[in-house]
Amino acid sequence: MPLFRSTREPTDPLVADLTAVLDADRVRADGAQRSLAAHDASVFDGGIAGPVCFPETTEEVQAIMRIAEQHGSAVVPRGAGTGLAGGAIPLGRPVVVSTGRMNKVLSVDTNNRIAWVQPGVINLDLSKKLRPKGFHFAPDPSSQQVCTLGGNVANNSGGPHCLAYGVTDAHVVSLEVVLPDGQVAVLGGAEDETPGLDLRGAFVGSEGTLGIATKIGVRITPNAPAVRTLLLSFATVRDAAQTVSDIIAAGVVPAALEVMDQRMTVAVENYVAAGYPTDAAAVLLAEVEGLEGGVEIDAARIEELGRANSATDVRLAGSEEERAALWKGRKTAFGAVAQIAPDYYLHDTVVPRAQLADILEQIYEITDRHEVTVMNVFHAGDGNLHPLLVFDAREEGTLERVHAAGAEILRASLAAGGVLSGEHGIGVEKQAYMDELFSPADLDHQNRLRQAFDPACRANPGKVLPIGHSCADIQALREMPTGVWG
Amino acid sequence: MSTLTSADRALHEFGALVGADDPIAVEGNRTRWHLGGPLDESARLVKAPTGIVDYQPSEMVVTVRAGTTVAELHETLAAAGQTSALPDRGGTVGGAVAVGENRLDRLGRGSVRDAVLQVRYVSAEGEIVTGGGPVVKNVSGFNLPKLIVGSLGTLGLIGEVVLRTNPIPPVQRWIRVERVDPRDIRDALLRPGAMLWDGTSSWALVEGHEVDVVAEVDKLATLVDIANVDGPPELPPHRWLLSPQGAAHVDTMTDGAFIASIGVGTVWAEEPPEPTEPDPVAGQIAERTKRLFDPSGRLNPGRRAGA
Ligand SMILES: Cc1cc2nc3c(=O)[nH]c(=O)nc-3n(C[C@H](O)[C@H](O)[C@H](O)COP(=O)(O)OP(=O)(O)OC[C@H]3O[C@@H](n4cnc5c(N)ncnc54)[C@H](O)[C@@H]3O)c2cc1C
Ligand SMILES: Cc1cc2nc3c(=O)[nH]c(=O)nc-3n(C[C@H](O)[C@H](O)[C@H](O)COP(=O)(O)OP(=O)(O)OC[C@H]3O[C@@H](n4cnc5c(N)ncnc54)[C@H](O)[C@@H]3O)c2cc1C
Repeated sequence: MPLFRSTREPTDPLVADLTAVLDADRVRADGAQRSLAAHDASVFDGGIAGPVCFPETTEEVQAIMRIAEQHGSAVVPRGAGTGLAGGAIPLGRPVVVSTGRMNKVLSVDTNNRIAWVQPGVINLDLSKKLRPKGFHFAPDPSSQQVCTLGGNVANNSGGPHCLAYGVTDAHVVSLEVVLPDGQVAVLGGAEDETPGLDLRGAFVGSEGTLGIATKIGVRITPNAPAVRTLLLSFATVRDAAQTVSDIIAAGVVPAALEVMDQRMTVAVENYVAAGYPTDAAAVLLAEVEGLEGGVEIDAARIEELGRANSATDVRLAGSEEERAALWKGRKTAFGAVAQIAPDYYLHDTVVPRAQLADILEQIYEITDRHEVTVMNVFHAGDGNLHPLLVFDAREEGTLERVHAAGAEILRASLAAGGVLSGEHGIGVEKQAYMDELFSPADLDHQNRLRQAFDPACRANPGKVLPIGHSCADIQALREMPTGVWG
Repeated sequence: MSTLTSADRALHEFGALVGADDPIAVEGNRTRWHLGGPLDESARLVKAPTGIVDYQPSEMVVTVRAGTTVAELHETLAAAGQTSALPDRGGTVGGAVAVGENRLDRLGRGSVRDAVLQVRYVSAEGEIVTGGGPVVKNVSGFNLPKLIVGSLGTLGLIGEVVLRTNPIPPVQRWIRVERVDPRDIRDALLRPGAMLWDGTSSWALVEGHEVDVVAEVDKLATLVDIANVDGPPELPPHRWLLSPQGAAHVDTMTDGAFIASIGVGTVWAEEPPEPTEPDPVAGQIAERTKRLFDPSGRLNPGRRAGA
């Protein structure tokens, strides 16, 4: 307990009860903190947050859950707020549970190759801690300097290096979870298979709707001794996309295969001067990892396939500095965009790899028609597109055009045999499109999974499943944040 | 919304066969028939549809009906230089997914759970439900495939799955080493496909480009004596699910014969495993899941996943 209590005694009984279990400075009901918690990194206007709590232990999270239940309040877990689908936006004045103070790496067990962490640990901090031991955490979202492991688990996040190693899902062995009724469940463990249902697997990617992860066991991956990074330039986006398909078809499994189009490389070069050519229609950043002999062979094969698809230039990063510069350029792509226009809307869909070239052509056509600027930077190896619509929201009618273009891009991806999201999740962004991918029976079964964890629908209500397919939508949720389309 | 194509017809016929009323179970090739407890005698037995629906090697995904044998699937994949994470032990694709046991070379081929991208099953109500999606990366909604893998046909009867495939490494070489801590061998190899240990001998599947395999084996040979062998040893019948560290100490837990998967944790042993205490709250979630997915208890009655 701090020595001096706030002079403004909490009058809200919910806040009073929360303050009784957490220190007063870890229950923030002030406007400043609540408005911070009202948004994430998505384009959607914020919701309205109730009190924002900063627990430090699992027991405190349990107490918060029970108090919220007594007061009939929903609960929204919150990591760093970098989500792009509005997953952490509070709907209906919920208690917001920030994991900001649960940020310890609890142990690194190199025998079992597992690190045990609290959910608020920042993705890159974990890999930095593992580096001296010769390991890293494979999922590397571009937001890795800020986003949390809890957010990664909830969104099943990916990153450029998930092509060979798999997304977060493949790296989470165990979860300690506080359920909405305050009970603690341990899902999975250090064993490779847990007997019974894979509830751990069901929790990963559930966007905060099944409970709050309070302790996470993640697989750690040994660093590869050899790496080759290639930069291939192309005169058309189609050539770049075809090269990607050909590399995969040849049985090469690169650690990363990222494509950027010309508008993107120009923006990146103006921002960080990473060494990308600005005259190529598209560049392919390919990385292979492993043992010395094999990476040599794979790099040569990639070069050969690139040249067969009319690559105008193939460059091998000659030094660790050059390699780091190329990756810095790739990972600051979104920062670079902020220099061009005040607002951007980063999309996320997946199509079969063979459809990449066609879908990109459609994306240029759609955005041209809606007079919206698009830049493309994406995880090509997985067929995971990230069309980035840049705009100035202050210009009359722009936001509407951006949303209309976005909706068409989504539908084009579905028509090409793809899905709604590869790594950002559904949140509030794509709820309204779920019934274009799934039948009522499919959605009903997803909702049953949800209810098995959270029968009263109090964990992050109003997300993922479209209204009407989701269990008990708390009345207050009718107030959707403005800007949510559909 | 998925539209009905001719490829779906087999699935809909399966749905009609399953219906919505009586106790029912799918019979695969019965290689793990007794898992999860005895089947209630009232259950009607049905077979899942067969056949490979679609295979695009460059997409590294395959759509296959559940009654197809894993052997047939792998034969088709091998023709394109690929394979999958499903165990090829005489069973069907649906059985392998319903059971969820990982392969012996799990380190190299990945887990069944990570391999199932999309599942289409017949629900207790006789409806066809699709979970997941047909592409290699997907976070669109709740992950029903994860719930179905290992559910032993107690939540839905699997008709068709989309699986991730992976390339067969250019060279695969089994070696055996005597009387060395298997963890040291594991650490000496970057990415072995499998690493097994029986308390005395260790077997490693060294795989990848030929230059790498030769370099790794040569390096190891400067430290220990290596024998080239044809393949892995025979496996004892019972499965113990331990941590990687636990498996490396399994010699202190049993007097019977065993083969431990080092770096994974699974142990095949002569003796049955000690019963483990599942997490009670996770157990409650699992029970609620079963009640929500199968309110009348008609799916694979008598059996319980994890029992
Ligand atoms: C510039 C930029 C680049 C990005 N690049 C990538 C990328 O390359 N790949 C990628 O996949 N994503 C990317 N993202 C999206 C985002 O960073 C990820 O989704 C990230 O995992 C979110 O983590 P967070 O801590 O910010 O979570 P938040 O935004 O705070 O929350 C995300 C969701 O997780 C839930 N949640 C948070 N913590 C917990 C917990 N402990 N238990 C249960 N639920 C919880 C929340 O309720 C919410 O639904 C990017 C975002 C930005 C802004
Ligand atoms: C390393 C290793 C070694 C193995 N060795 C052996 C071994 O020596 N002997 C052995 O018997 N097995 C072994 N297995 C397991 C076996 O290979 C798989 O579990 C097998 O594929 C099961 O398929 P099946 O068709 O025989 O299933 P079945 O035995 O017919 O069925 C198993 C269960 O799954 C249910 N089921 C089957 N199909 C479906 C479906 N379509 N939908 C819903 N539920 C369904 C059944 O009702 C039953 O409850 C081994 C596995 C591994 C990883």
